[in-house]
Amino acid sequence: MKKLINEPQNVVREELQGIEQAHPELVRVAYDPNFIVRADAPVQGKVALVSGGGSGHEPMHGGFVGMGMLDAACPGEVFTSPTPDQMEAATKAVNGGAGVIHIVKNYTGDVMNFEMAAELCRSEGIEVESVLVDDDVAVQDSLYTAGRRGVGTTVLMEKIAGAAAEERRPLKEVADICREVNANGRSMGMALTSCTVPAAGKPTFELDEDEMEIGIGIHGEPGRERMKLKPVSEIVEMMATAVVDDLPFAQGDDVLAFVNGMGGTPLIELYVVYNEVAKFLKGRGITIARNLIGSYITSLEMAGCSITLLKVSEELVRLWDAPVKTPGLRWGA
Amino acid sequence: MRAAGAAEVWRQTLSVSYDEVVRLIRVYAAVIAENKEYLTQLDSAIGDADHGINMDRGMQAALAKLDGPPGDIGELFKTVGMTLVSTVGGAGGPLYGTLFLRLGTATAGRAVLEPDDWAGALAAAVDGVQARGKAELQDKTMVDALAPARDAFEQAVAEGASFAEGLRRSASAAEEGMKGTIPLVAKKGRASYLGERSAGHQDPGATSSWLLLKTVADTWSGED
Repeated sequence: MKKLINEPQNVVREELQGIEQAHPELVRVAYDPNFIVRADAPVQGKVALVSGGGSGHEPMHGGFVGMGMLDAACPGEVFTSPTPDQMEAATKAVNGGAGVIHIVKNYTGDVMNFEMAAELCRSEGIEVESVLVDDDVAVQDSLYTAGRRGVGTTVLMEKIAGAAAEERRPLKEVADICREVNANGRSMGMALTSCTVPAAGKPTFELDEDEMEIGIGIHGEPGRERMKLKPVSEIVEMMATAVVDDLPFAQGDDVLAFVNGMGGTPLIELYVVYNEVAKFLKGRGITIARNLIGSYITSLEMAGCSITLLKVSEELVRLWDAPVKTPGLRWGA
Repeated sequence: MRAAGAAEVWRQTLSVSYDEVVRLIRVYAAVIAENKEYLTQLDSAIGDADHGINMDRGMQAALAKLDGPPGDIGELFKTVGMTLVSTVGGAGGPLYGTLFLRLGTATAGRAVLEPDDWAGALAAAVDGVQARGKAELQDKTMVDALAPARDAFEQAVAEGASFAEGLRRSASAAEEGMKGTIPLVAKKGRASYLGERSAGHQDPGATSSWLLLKTVADTWSGED
């Protein structure tokens, strides 16, 4: 293992200390339990958005705390859900009296920890709505699995719902917008290489030089199929077909197209992917109303990408365009 | 004959003291530390390669909280449960946290545990884990080790076996349940994403649960 890490057990704390020193005008950091809140929290009268998950997906979620996006983020250990005491403390720290939304990615650990946290918060009189993100088409959604994983759509939900909360929309409305985004967003990922969890010290899985894993999760969980590497056009065709056919996205639809890097893939390659995505969607008669290209929901140093499509209304586009000022995403402010 | 009979009665009513529960926690923490890499390795085959690391962090944190005033076994279990909830994370945190919290609720105010107490506590703990994780038998989870262990202990108590014998049977049933997870296709947790590919691997949660039941038997039946 070759990483810029002092001690694996200190990596999350030292990262938080770095964030605290880098962005004091945007966020505050609390320790034991660990969480990040926007600098002006709690914002009175505004619905507060709290998310969280394992670390190792940066900039998600801590990098999305700030005006127009999240009020708080709870980082767990690397690839490990945060704990209910973190979520409870973060929820209390950002509660501005208009209710709190927990944005939960659909992983067994995240769901159970957020469930315990929501129970604790409600028992103290805080109104909490939980919304689930489960947009990964690589996983069969059936009674026989834990359901689809929450991946790329999470970033889009946090941005769009953050804008709605900023407009002082009530709790139920913001929660409904979250659910609308989840219902209209679909993603699929692929990996060229594995990643190494610092505390484990070894790659989570092995891929040969000429192999790729299609349908990879953001923790190195295997996906649909391992196969020989193919040209980008064919890889994108496979992934985009799975995404488009799932919703399904139809001719005439407007979408937000999000090409995300897994952490170890340079932007030059992500633009090559985006070029193929744009061609593919044009062929299907689907219009890209907005795009996002870059590494926003990562899997440590894994090489690879994910493609997320979100079917958007004019209202969702308007909320997407609204000002945002966070360490990881910033425009109009 | 009289002596043997007296010994048998003694064995049947053998109880576990507060200090022996503390010892269980200490030994389980050591067992988890020893098996940290093994559990993580099992988890990297079908999960996300953190189970041993997380359980070890949680049990080490629990060890640091064992120095409170002695006496109440229920409080001790609750402290361990709360510590696991707040330090383990992942799915293991809420599940093992709930397990120990339920053991604590079921043994609240007790200074000693008799076989019936442990049977009740174990049943409450398994119920709690199932309510939290919504897993059934054969879903390839810790329930596959815990539920048979609970049933075997209950049956041993009903048959009048000694506490020690009940604990041994309970641990054996957990081991069998754990091994039984190998051919299963996972229906819960991250392993379920693998579908058929999850078959052929032993479930890490069932393994840490077997280690718990085995540690209970080893520390409380005087055989460690």
